[in-house]
Amino acid sequence: MMRTEVVITIVAMAVVTFLTRFTSPVILGGAGISSRFKRFLKHVPTAILTALIAPTLFAPHGYVEVSTGNSYLIAGTIAAILAYFRQPPLVTMGGGMAAMLALRSFGL
Amino acid sequence: MKAKEFVEGLKDTLPIMVGVFPFGLAYGIVAQSIGLSSGETLLMSLLVFAGAAQFISLPMFAEGAGMIMIAITALLVNLRHLLMGMSLAPYMKGLSLPHKALLTFGMADETYAVTISRAQANGYSSAYHLGSNAAGYVTWVVSTTGGILLGSCIHDPLSWGLDFAMPATFLALLIPRLTGKINILVCLAAAVVSIMAAVAIPGKWYIIIACLAAATAGGIMEGAENDEN
Repeated sequence: MMRTEVVITIVAMAVVTFLTRFTSPVILGGAGISSRFKRFLKHVPTAILTALIAPTLFAPHGYVEVSTGNSYLIAGTIAAILAYFRQPPLVTMGGGMAAMLALRSFGL
Repeated sequence: MKAKEFVEGLKDTLPIMVGVFPFGLAYGIVAQSIGLSSGETLLMSLLVFAGAAQFISLPMFAEGAGMIMIAITALLVNLRHLLMGMSLAPYMKGLSLPHKALLTFGMADETYAVTISRAQANGYSSAYHLGSNAAGYVTWVVSTTGGILLGSCIHDPLSWGLDFAMPATFLALLIPRLTGKINILVCLAAAVVSIMAAVAIPGKWYIIIACLAAATAGGIMEGAENDEN
């Protein structure tokens, strides 16, 4: 089963993603980006990774919750500590999910 | 087409892709749980071939976000390819346009890293590049398929903690980046802006707003620092 609007959205994602890959080697030849834009691009990964996860961890239900009742924040803190000590991504991922599972099974 | 170099590219990339396999599984399982069909889930891996952008689209699909918002977010997440492409561009100069198109389609964090390392150490080979891309692409499609199959067995992924797979994955990518004052300030700015925007503005606009604001602030801080030196 494929819904038309979902397929169109997937194709749109594919087109813009291909453009990001294709642009530098083909259209710009590697020389055409201003140094100001390069400095912006350099910080996009950190900015977007943070923007993606911060609201999930700090406001999982649409309002800010900094308390021991927020299982997302606790599991996130555990995953962040694992990542900080240079554990492989798999350990960070597994540790975070295990913490989440444990918190849920204790009814938090 | 040099078969030996193609195989070398495959061999050098596969060990790294072992770490990507669980992400592909998780993507397949979570996509099913938010209501994408198996065909749609697989189609996205086949056409988009970009783990982070695919993962991020899932909660947006679940919320019924529009095509424009999902596409803009995918564009922002994948802007890093521009930088990767710039460093590969000088090596790819002599290739034909269709050849360039084929090779750039397979550019991902892992295949890029393997290809550029080899180019810098032993010279660039388009056959090696293609081998590396093929290893990355096949791993991603196979692991997605595995996730789709697993997803049909797991009826309540929430109780498995799977909704936490995405934040945990992104934390694993984010934390090692936080070296130096500017990177930490960019992270803090993105956190504050995204949380405020998520609470105040309906939908997923907070991703785009916080990304643009924090990356611009980072670029300005870095520019100012360069002027001082």
